[in-house]
Amino acid sequence: MSFVSDVREVARSRELLVNLVRRELRSKYKGTALGWAWSLINPLATTAIFTVVFSTVMRVEPPVGVDGLHSYPLFLLCGLLSWNFLTAAVQGGQSVLLDNGNLIKKTYFPRRLLVISHVAAAFVSYLVEMGVLVAVFLVFGVNVLPWTPLVLGLMVLLAVFALGLALLLSVVNVYFRDVAHFVALFMQIWFYATPIIYPISLVEGVQDGQSWAADLPLTTLYQLNPMVGFVESVRDMLYGGQLPPAGPVLYALAFTLVSLWVGNAVFARLQGRLAEEL
Amino acid sequence: MNGPAIVVEDVAKRFRVYHERNQSLKIALMRGKRANYDEFWALQDIDLQIPQGKTFGLVGHNGSGKSTLLKCLAKILVPDRGRITANGKISALLELGAGFHAELSGRDNVYLNGSILGLTKRDIDARFDDIVGFAGLEQFIDSPVKNYSSGMYVRLGFSVAISVDPDILMVDEVLAVGDEEFQRRCMEKFQEFRDDGRTIVVVSHALGTMRSMCDEVAWLDHGRLLAVGSPSDIVDEYSGSSRHDQVAAADGDTGARWGTGELQVTGVELVHGGGVGGAVRTGEPATFRLTWAAHEPVAKPVFAIDIDTPEGVSVTSTATRDAGPVPDVLEGEGHVDLVVPRLPLLPGTYVVRSWASDVGGLHVYDQRDKVLRFDVAPAPGREQGGLVTLDGAWQPPMRPHAPGR
Ligand SMILES: Nc1ncnc2c1ncn2[C@@H]1O[C@H](COP(=O)(O)OP(=O)(O)O)[C@@H](O)[C@H]1O
Ligand SMILES: [Mg+2]
Repeated sequence: MSFVSDVREVARSRELLVNLVRRELRSKYKGTALGWAWSLINPLATTAIFTVVFSTVMRVEPPVGVDGLHSYPLFLLCGLLSWNFLTAAVQGGQSVLLDNGNLIKKTYFPRRLLVISHVAAAFVSYLVEMGVLVAVFLVFGVNVLPWTPLVLGLMVLLAVFALGLALLLSVVNVYFRDVAHFVALFMQIWFYATPIIYPISLVEGVQDGQSWAADLPLTTLYQLNPMVGFVESVRDMLYGGQLPPAGPVLYALAFTLVSLWVGNAVFARLQGRLAEEL
Repeated sequence: MNGPAIVVEDVAKRFRVYHERNQSLKIALMRGKRANYDEFWALQDIDLQIPQGKTFGLVGHNGSGKSTLLKCLAKILVPDRGRITANGKISALLELGAGFHAELSGRDNVYLNGSILGLTKRDIDARFDDIVGFAGLEQFIDSPVKNYSSGMYVRLGFSVAISVDPDILMVDEVLAVGDEEFQRRCMEKFQEFRDDGRTIVVVSHALGTMRSMCDEVAWLDHGRLLAVGSPSDIVDEYSGSSRHDQVAAADGDTGARWGTGELQVTGVELVHGGGVGGAVRTGEPATFRLTWAAHEPVAKPVFAIDIDTPEGVSVTSTATRDAGPVPDVLEGEGHVDLVVPRLPLLPGTYVVRSWASDVGGLHVYDQRDKVLRFDVAPAPGREQGGLVTLDGAWQPPMRPHAPGR
């Protein structure tokens, strides 16, 4: 099967992959005074802003977590970090072929590596951020360490999901440059359609409430979003201290497989003419 | 050691030539198609066997498909028809230093570029000093490549590409760039490769070099293979047919001329003492006026003037990229002046070569050898011999001070 040979080709060039990831990481914060600190400052700043806006001003109540934990910033970070990774991987990944046009036009190497290395570099930042989050939970006296293997598993799954999307969008973007704008818009909608800044219980509340949307099968529609599974499951474990239900995880897994398969197939189909279309 | 290094069977490559490049999804959806384009066959019916251990040359006019064929061989382009089989590791030198990342240091770029070309970290560790030494960049290897001059860029790129130990090396016109010293070292390196029994595929406009260097030459014309055979036969036939390429020859000039032609160097004259031509004196103000014509807008062009002796000794080489303004875009006709306040050349005859290229120096629009020949007349009180005046002033003899004044 061609998918297997694609994987093999990538595996054969892992040395180059490592170098590309290193290049990506090095050039990311190169020339900035604070360097790597930015990868922590950014989520901290967003957390501060969202906490003021949504918790202090708009009074979104985070659910009560494990051992009576009740903290909006911790609740938020459990979802926000995964979301930030997805945006970095997909939104940055879609332009990675355009940015490396010269490399593609003048040298040969498996083109996928550019996309994979971009997602991998974003994943490294994600790992660091999640590591810091785990440390923060420990400082708050919540022992999340037993959950880390499962959380890591979900993170890897999310990375594969993002890789599929990035593979798809990166080649499509070479042919239609304005796809990037659609994606930016879509990501914004997707962000609010995912329980990151608010608990999922609020959505269930709408269906039971009085508003015009009460008649819609809102929770069912809501569950179609695969990011719900990723975000809620990580949060269940770290913030809630409990095993997440299997359903959304399996749903996210299915989505991940489809995303990777479709992304890879489209990439394989369109990559042959990259050197002349760029 | 037997069997061909590369077999090309019935290969064809088609490009799309866009009339109206449309990369907006909205317009595409409205029209129901993405773009308006013609198909254009850049290569057709190419059947070739490149023997192992031989140096194989490709000649042909600009646009005949030489680079396209090399890119197909290097897997950068995928042919629309036919098959290419290569036995052995390929390293293609299509553009020197391609793939360097401007923000990263020379060191990081060597590792990155090396791994693109298939080297492991250990390989590069072992060869690193050789790579940097060949490029002569020991002091600069830790500064970002964006601070490199084009010459440094080119040397480092070549040095990395050559260190890959390929079985098959492909070279596209890189013999034409860089200074003479660099070209000489490249040639030595190629000779080493040949002696090691590796296969070289080379594209070059330097027909003399092609004749002496290649074992076999193929002639491409409008995307088709016209002939394959011994270098002397093919090169003679080709250069006979390509007179019209050498515009300079038609102008009554003896110098070779080549380039892609978007921007042309229409002439170089020496303006001095209020007049044109004749002999200029050492130490007089002089202006080299380079006239150009661009039939289409050309972005960031670089002009250069090289002065040699008739024997071929390089006296100086100066380009606007290194020592002058580079305009964002040029179109139409005009001239650029190289103003020399005091001509430092000593009496004798000098020959000017001039060229126009892109800012990287790798894409040559027009190069004219021997575009101008001029004489320098003696002026009183100058050096006795040599090529240049130091414009120095001898001071009266001094004696050491007597100690303890
Ligand atoms: N990416 C491309 N898209 C469309 N046409 C191209 C592309 N690359 C090359 N061509 C065309 O293909 C022809 C062959 O080009 P090339 O192989 O570069 O010629 P050569 O190297 O012999 O000068 C030229 O007419 C050129 O304009
Ligand atoms: Mg060419």
